[in-house]
Amino acid sequence: MPCNETMKKDFSVLHLDCTVNGKHIQRDVPSNRALLDFIRLDLGLTGTKEGCGEGECGACLVLLNGRAVNSCLMTVSHIQGKELVTIEGIRGRKGGLHPLQETFMKEGAIQCGFCTPGIIIASEALLRRKPDATLEDIKLELTGNLCRCTGYEKVLSAVETARDKMAADPDYKEAE
Amino acid sequence: MEEQKLSFVGKSFERKDGLIKAEGRAMYAADREFARMLYAAAVRNPRPRIKILGISDEKAKKVPGYVTLVTYKDIKGQNAWPVLDLDYPFLPEKIARFAGETVALVVAETQRAAKKAASLVEIEYEELPNIQDPLEALKPDAPEIGGTTDMKNVYAHFTIQKGDVDKAFEEAAYKVEGTFKTNYQVHGYLETQGSIAIPETDGGMTIHSTTQCPYYVVDGVAAALGITYNKVKVIQTVTGGGFGGKEEVPALVAAHAAICAAKVGRPVKLIYSRKEDFQCMSKRHPGWAHIEYSADKEGHLTGCRVKYVLDAGAYSTITAIVLFRGTVHSTGPYKIPNIDVKTFGAATSKVPCGAFRGFGQPQINFAQESLIDELAAKIGMDPVEFRLKNLLNPGEMTATGQKLTSSCGLSELVEAVRKKSGWDKKVNLHEKKGHIAKGIGISTCYYGVGLGAKGRFLDRAGAMVNIYKDGSVGVSVGNAEMGQGALTVFAQIASETLNAPMELVKTEEVDSSKVPDSGPTVASRGTLMGGNAIIEAAKPLRERLFKVALDMLIDKGGTSGKMIAHDGVFEMDGITVSFTDVAKEGWNRRLKMCEEGWYVAPHVSFRLDNGQGDAYVVYSYSADIAEVSVDTQTGVTKVDKIWAAYDVGRIVNPMLATGQAQGGILQGMSWSLFENLQYKNGIMVNPNFTDYVCATTKDKPEYDITFIEKLYDEGPYQAKGMGEVPLIGVAPAVANAIKNACGVRIDSVPLLPEKVWRAIKQKNAAKEAK
Repeated sequence: MPCNETMKKDFSVLHLDCTVNGKHIQRDVPSNRALLDFIRLDLGLTGTKEGCGEGECGACLVLLNGRAVNSCLMTVSHIQGKELVTIEGIRGRKGGLHPLQETFMKEGAIQCGFCTPGIIIASEALLRRKPDATLEDIKLELTGNLCRCTGYEKVLSAVETARDKMAADPDYKEAE
Repeated sequence: MEEQKLSFVGKSFERKDGLIKAEGRAMYAADREFARMLYAAAVRNPRPRIKILGISDEKAKKVPGYVTLVTYKDIKGQNAWPVLDLDYPFLPEKIARFAGETVALVVAETQRAAKKAASLVEIEYEELPNIQDPLEALKPDAPEIGGTTDMKNVYAHFTIQKGDVDKAFEEAAYKVEGTFKTNYQVHGYLETQGSIAIPETDGGMTIHSTTQCPYYVVDGVAAALGITYNKVKVIQTVTGGGFGGKEEVPALVAAHAAICAAKVGRPVKLIYSRKEDFQCMSKRHPGWAHIEYSADKEGHLTGCRVKYVLDAGAYSTITAIVLFRGTVHSTGPYKIPNIDVKTFGAATSKVPCGAFRGFGQPQINFAQESLIDELAAKIGMDPVEFRLKNLLNPGEMTATGQKLTSSCGLSELVEAVRKKSGWDKKVNLHEKKGHIAKGIGISTCYYGVGLGAKGRFLDRAGAMVNIYKDGSVGVSVGNAEMGQGALTVFAQIASETLNAPMELVKTEEVDSSKVPDSGPTVASRGTLMGGNAIIEAAKPLRERLFKVALDMLIDKGGTSGKMIAHDGVFEMDGITVSFTDVAKEGWNRRLKMCEEGWYVAPHVSFRLDNGQGDAYVVYSYSADIAEVSVDTQTGVTKVDKIWAAYDVGRIVNPMLATGQAQGGILQGMSWSLFENLQYKNGIMVNPNFTDYVCATTKDKPEYDITFIEKLYDEGPYQAKGMGEVPLIGVAPAVANAIKNACGVRIDSVPLLPEKVWRAIKQKNAAKEAK
C-alpha cells in the first residue's frame, strides 16, 4: 500500500537505512511514517499487531537493537541505522523455533494469539538482557503486555521453562 | 467389539493453531489484503442523543484519497439490524441515540485517509433529552427514549413465581435484604472489531470477519444489502478473543463494510480503533439488584425476592436473552420453595450492552452470593456450612422447577475447595499483619449450558467430516475458534469417533457456505453443540471404516474377530492396520467418505408466563474460594489465591480447560477490582487501556483449579460447557473475602480501594461512637 500522500507533502523524506530481521533495507520513506504502519503495511510483516495504537497493550512490541519497544509510538526515523527484529525474525539459534515459541505452544500459553507476538518479543528482550531472570523479573517485564485470555499463569511458566532451556543449551550460552 | 477406551478425548493435545500464532503468521482480519481494496472509517455521534439535521463531507472531500461518504441513503436493503428486535438501524436516519454511534461512514484509499476524512465530516444536530440512569428510565415521568415492549423504556421483562413468598417472609426466623450494583465490563479482546467486504460479480458479498457468530453476520449483511442468504458468504478470520464481545456486534461492523463495498463496487476493509471499539461495541450490562432472602431457624432457605435491572443502553440488541439468563439464575444455586423474581432490561442513552462471558449472571451472582453470606452471618452459620445445607443436589428442583440430573457435583465442588484452601482453619483466623488484613470468602454458581428456552430455536449445529484419499481428515463446523481452543477440541472429538490420529485431522475455521447455520458460539455451547454435530457426521464414517478395518485384519490373518481401535490403529490378535491404510482402502472400495452431521438440543419446557419449567438442557457448576490481603490504610485489595472447582462434565483437553479457567478467573477478578468504565454527561470518559484498567501479570493471583467430572450423557463424550463458569463466581468470593478480612460489606463492583477505605473508616467511627 502506498504511503499517505498528505504525509509525503508535509514531511521530509527519510533515506532509511536499517536492518529488519537480519536483512539490510534501504528505501525512501516519509520521516513521520508510523513505525507500526511501516512494518505492517510497507513491509507486510503482519505478525506485529495493533491492539490499541497508544502504547498501552504491548501487542506491537518489536526489538530495536535488542530492546523491546512499542512500534505504535514510534516513527521510521527511530530505526535509522538500527537493527529491527519483529516476530517474523524470532528464530532459534539453529534456525528452527525459538525456545520461547516451543514452550508457549507446548505449555498452553497461547489462546487467541493476538498478544502472543508481543509477549514473545518482550520475553526475548528480557532473557537476552537477563538470562537468569526470576519469576518476579518476568512478571515485571510483562506488565506492559495485556492478555485477556490466559490469566497469565501459563505465559509466565512458559517463559520460565524457556529460560531454563536456554540456560542449559550451549548454543544460547555462547551467544551471550 | 471390545469397549473402546478413550484415546484422544481427555488428553492435553497442543493447540492446532499454536504454531502459526507463535510465529506471528496467523492472519487476523486486519492482516488480510485484497486487490483494489479501499478502507472505511466511521463518523460517530458526538453527543448522547441527537436529532440529525444534516451531514456534510465538504471538508472531508479535500483529504487526498477520499472516495465517498456513505449514509443510510446508501442502504439497499432494510435499515434495521435484525437481532431480536428491529430498533437498531444500520445507520440512523433522524435520531442517533448514544455518543459513539456510527452515523455515517467514509471510504478512502488508505486507512489513515479514511480516518482523517471521517474526522472532518460535519454533523448538524439538535440535542434531545437523554437518560443516563436505568432506574430513572423506569420512572413514569421519564422521557421516552427507547424500549421494545409495552412498558416505556423497557426492552424485556421476566418473572419467576413459585410458592407463597409473602407467607415465607412472614413466617421466617431470619430475613436479610440488600441492594447491589455492578458496573460495565469491557471485553478487552486484544484484537479490535473488523471486517472486510468483497463484492462478488453475482451481486453477492463475501465477508471476512473477526467473529464468534458467523451466521449472525450472514443475517446482518443479507438484511442490509437486501440480498438472499445464498449470496452472502462469511469466512471467519482468526479471531483475537471474543468473550461475548464478538457475538452480536460483528454483524453490525460487517454490514457497514458491506454497505460501503456495495456502493463503491470494490473490497472495503473496516477495522476499529481501540477507542471506537470502547465507545460503540457491546459491553457487560451494568446491573442493579435488590434481593431479599428468608430462612427458618435451622437455616434452610424459605424464600427469595429479587428485583433485577440491567442498564441496556440505547438499543435492545440481545438484552432480552442476557436478562433471561440472569433471571433464571437470580436466586442462586439453592433449593428455595418460595420465589418472586421480577427483572427488567432498561433503555438508557448509552452504549448498547450485550453478550459478555457470564451473560447477565455475574451481576446477579455478585448480589445474591454477597447476601447469602450476610444471611449465614445473621444465623451464625459458617458460609460453607450454610451453602452445603441449601445447595442444589441431583434430583432437586431449581428456581424454575427444573429437576436436576445426576450431572450435578455442586456440593462436591464446595467440599473440594473447602479442603484445598484450608477453609475451616482460615475462616475464623482474621489474620492481621500490621495494616494488612487477610480474609477468605466463598461463592457458588450454576450455569445453564446452551441457549436455553429463550434461544431454543437457534439451538442446533452442523458439521461436515471429510476423509480425503490420503487418509487426512477435514472437519468443518459452524462453531467458531476465538482463542478458547475449539479447533483442537473439535479435532479431538473427530479423532476419537473415527479413530484417526490427531495429526491427520484438521478443523477449518467457519465458512458459512460450507456448514448450515449452527447458531452462535456462545453460552458455553461450542463443545456441546459442535462436538455433537461432529459425532453425528463421523458416526456413519466410523461404521464404514471399522468394517473395512475388520476385513483388512482378517485378510492379514486375524482370526478372533475381536478388533480394538485405539490411538489411530486397528488391532486384532497382534496384527495392526493404520487409520491411513483403512481410509485408503475405503476409497478403493468407493465408499462415501464424507458425511454431514446435525445436532438439535433437547427441548426445554420453560414457560414465560410464570417462569416455570426446564430453562436449560443441563447446568455446569462452580465453587470459588478467594483469599485476599486488604491494606486497611489504603483500602487496596490484593487477591492472593483462588481455589476453584468446576463440574463441566468430561474435560476434553485438560491443558486447554485449565487455561480457559485461569483466564476466566482473572477476567472476573479484574472486573471485581479494577475495571471501571465511566460516563460523564452521557460521554464515555475513559475509552482506553490507560484509564480503564485491566489486570496485568503483577495482579495475577495464584490459581488452584479442580475439575470434578460429572458426566453428561447427552454431551459429546459426556462433556458439558465451560467457557463462562470460571468468571461468574469470582466477584462475590472476593467481596466475601474482604468482609472476612476487615468486616466491611462492599455492595458494588468494582470493589475499589476508596470504597473499602471509606467503609473501614465508617466502621471504626461507629465503633468509637459506641
